[in-house]
Amino acid sequence: MSTAPAPLPNARRGLSDHLKRLESESIEIMREVAAAFDNPVMLYSIGKDSGVMLHLAAKAFYPSKPPFPLLHVDTTWKFADMIRHRDTVAERYGVNLIVHVNEEGLAKGINPISSGSSLHTQVMKTEGLKQALDKYGFDAAFGGARRDEEKSRAKERIFSFRSAGHVWDPRNQRPELWRLYNTRVNKGETIRVFPLSNWTELDIWEYTRAEGIPVVPLYFAAPRPVVSRDGLLIMRDDDRMSLLPGETEETRWVRFRSLGCYPLSAAVESRADTLDDIIDEMRASRSSEREGRLIDTDESASMEKKKREGYF
Amino acid sequence: MDGAQAQLIARAQADIEARTGAQRGLLRFITCGSVDDGKSTLIGRLLYDSKLILDDHLAALERDSRRHGTTGEDLDLALLVDGLEAERQQGITIDVAYRFFTTNRRSFIVADTPGHEQYTRNMATGASNADLAVILIDARKGLLTQTKRHSYICSLLGVRHVVLAVNKIDLVGYDQAVFDQIISDYTAFAKDLGFASVTPIPLSARHGDNVTWRSEHTPWYEGPTLVGHLETIDVVSDAAAKPFRFPVQWVNRPNLDFRGVSGTVVSGTIRPGDRVTVAESGRETTVSRIVTYDGDLAEAVAGDAVTLTLADEVDIARGDLLAPPTARPVVADQFAAHVIWMGDEPLLPGRPYLMRIGTRYVPVKVTALKHRIDVDTLEHLAGRTLALNEIGVCNLSSSSAVAFDPYAENRETGAFILIDRYTNATVGAGMIDFGLHRAANIHRQALLVSRVERERLNGHMPAVLWFTGLTGSGKSTIANLVERALHDRGVRTFLLDGDNVRHGLNRDLGFSDAERVENIRRVGEVAKLFVEAGTIVLCSFISPFRAERRMVRELFEGGEFVEVFVDTPIEDCIKRDPKGLYAKALDGQIANFTGVSSPYEAPEHAEIVLETKSLSPEAAAARIVAELEASGRI
Repeated sequence: MSTAPAPLPNARRGLSDHLKRLESESIEIMREVAAAFDNPVMLYSIGKDSGVMLHLAAKAFYPSKPPFPLLHVDTTWKFADMIRHRDTVAERYGVNLIVHVNEEGLAKGINPISSGSSLHTQVMKTEGLKQALDKYGFDAAFGGARRDEEKSRAKERIFSFRSAGHVWDPRNQRPELWRLYNTRVNKGETIRVFPLSNWTELDIWEYTRAEGIPVVPLYFAAPRPVVSRDGLLIMRDDDRMSLLPGETEETRWVRFRSLGCYPLSAAVESRADTLDDIIDEMRASRSSEREGRLIDTDESASMEKKKREGYF
Repeated sequence: MDGAQAQLIARAQADIEARTGAQRGLLRFITCGSVDDGKSTLIGRLLYDSKLILDDHLAALERDSRRHGTTGEDLDLALLVDGLEAERQQGITIDVAYRFFTTNRRSFIVADTPGHEQYTRNMATGASNADLAVILIDARKGLLTQTKRHSYICSLLGVRHVVLAVNKIDLVGYDQAVFDQIISDYTAFAKDLGFASVTPIPLSARHGDNVTWRSEHTPWYEGPTLVGHLETIDVVSDAAAKPFRFPVQWVNRPNLDFRGVSGTVVSGTIRPGDRVTVAESGRETTVSRIVTYDGDLAEAVAGDAVTLTLADEVDIARGDLLAPPTARPVVADQFAAHVIWMGDEPLLPGRPYLMRIGTRYVPVKVTALKHRIDVDTLEHLAGRTLALNEIGVCNLSSSSAVAFDPYAENRETGAFILIDRYTNATVGAGMIDFGLHRAANIHRQALLVSRVERERLNGHMPAVLWFTGLTGSGKSTIANLVERALHDRGVRTFLLDGDNVRHGLNRDLGFSDAERVENIRRVGEVAKLFVEAGTIVLCSFISPFRAERRMVRELFEGGEFVEVFVDTPIEDCIKRDPKGLYAKALDGQIANFTGVSSPYEAPEHAEIVLETKSLSPEAAAARIVAELEASGRI
């Protein structure tokens, strides 16, 4: 283990009591995993929540580096900006980054456009994740999910137990009392850990601002070429996505509230190009951040189904 | 400054605070009450009123209301918070859900805890981290058994503030007399529960009366609205004023020049220069630095996650508890506690469980179940086990001494959970009442003849051969042949047989699960005395449960305990039936008969497995003797 790099220079000090409490709780959860598991890993999705999670990991183990690698399950359809951000950030925090692609899925030509969002997510994200967890034998995996995101997440444990084969059974979850997390697993069983469980989207942005955490520029509004498809604004990040008859690209001021595969992530029209503006816009907003996620809209219980299958 | 100006300034200040979140604190509360009291509707209402129901969620809600709703054409606010599919179909909440909302003054985390009787464990889970409880009462029904149960659990878990939310007040015509009657009933019931505050509020979750806005229908009510109360109630934890407690989570050692201990200050305050003691070992040192990513601190208080460096090279590991030398916690290996049972299988006194307390895991047994508690009447009931959702007062004994404070003094260091040693499920939650000091006054007498000397005199090493298997599997037959063979070669042996022991030492025990556990515990202790005397002791016991065989195994040094699984299929045992017992059991004449009406858990890692289908008793015995030779025991 070697020493961590120096703290970020552009942090603004002065956290509210509320954010301080959330920060301490997350740090405690991360240390618990590092102490109790043999081979933990941190899932890194490049988004704002992952950014906060990685920053908290740097704090939790300082002056040591986080004693686990980052894992990015790459569907090969992320925005190019995200991949650039991923590589600079991993270097910035001095952590080891593992990138995994489901090569079988790739070989079968699975993609978000012609395969559909649900199959693409199942194969390239959920299956890809399970492949990577099995390949490296990780027994605990951090995820950046928050309970305020979605209904079935509201009941998720902080330490979420998965039986062999990564199966999540909502009826067989361990009660979590006090701060006494049950970290015991048998061979083949794993734990998914959600250190940001009690954070809200507003907390994430306020903390990002207070700590000067770097985020992907796509969160900030800028003039970008977008095409309107099924009522959603999609940005063609490369020419793998072709225009349908009658579609034209036009440049609009947009930003993204949630980042994933570019054909599945809708932009929102916005002029918010600073963190202050984003926070103000969010307070006034009348829609949830997952609205722009095409994978959630099938039916309102779809997240629970995906989770049973092993999605984060 | 006139009133309008003052108002303007106050609004501007509130706006600035809201924008920066600078002064916003956090309140964690639970909602509980009985089925149909409207808990989920109330939380849906809080989210709706605080404008946290966003347009896309609202669209989903309208769809769902038509499909599953119970409110006709109105939005069914409960559907906002009933998360899982199964629950939506059954119309009940079956798990703890956490909800979040923020006003300009506070952020809130709400645990929505189920009211259905069989889910008491979820209520305790929600209460364990709550500062306040909102207990719902249906104005039409008044106090129910469930209301009392939930109030008692809140009190037991140390929740100090209660809001008595008298819901559906619209359905009793906003009648003050109904409200007053409920207050007086509740006050009488709750007087011994030790709440610091009880605030009754008449409201309607469905229509919003007195939730966020004052209702025009209850002019007789002068107290706060629910949100107004939640925003302003002072629940400031007194954790910072208590003695310093720091459970060590992780030893932080990036290189040879730095060694720190990372953890969260769970109570009190610490500064560089303060003396601390490792509670379990009594070793003392001084705190040198409080290290964080954001620089060293001059002080850390309850709730802060930090890394401490210490002046001396003392032996400290994860699981240790740091405390001031002048205000130490109790250190004991026996203690009394309230236990809430959460496992599907009942708590069995004598069975080993794993206890997590602070950052430490330690094996424990319940040595005595003093009484169960009827949570409806608070009466003490006799009992030998605790079933799911039952609460009892127990004496526990841990395999080594642990540091703790009574739960009433410190919630952080007096709480523990119990874990099943095979499934690793969390099966119990406990709150320590006090340490038992009996063992402290009984010291071991040192013996003048050592074990090694006994082994030299005997010419062989001691061992336990533990034969486990079904009745009629051939355990006793094989054990007898082994003993004969060993005796003939001059080895000191003794055979403990299940049936024989039950005529003497264990004649007071029957065949319930709890009594089977105690039977094996006693036999284990007797076997240990024989091993200390240098003997090879053969134990022939059905011993159907893995947990008890493991308990016995853990009494011995590595290599001393040899588990012999006599693996005979049940069909063969029934065919042999040497004592005619299977015939009786199958006829229903014997209750709790292993293999017929009581389970047998086959060993997973037995040292020796004898498949008697393909092995004669003589060959089986010869194999055991050969294994003892091979391991150098004889």
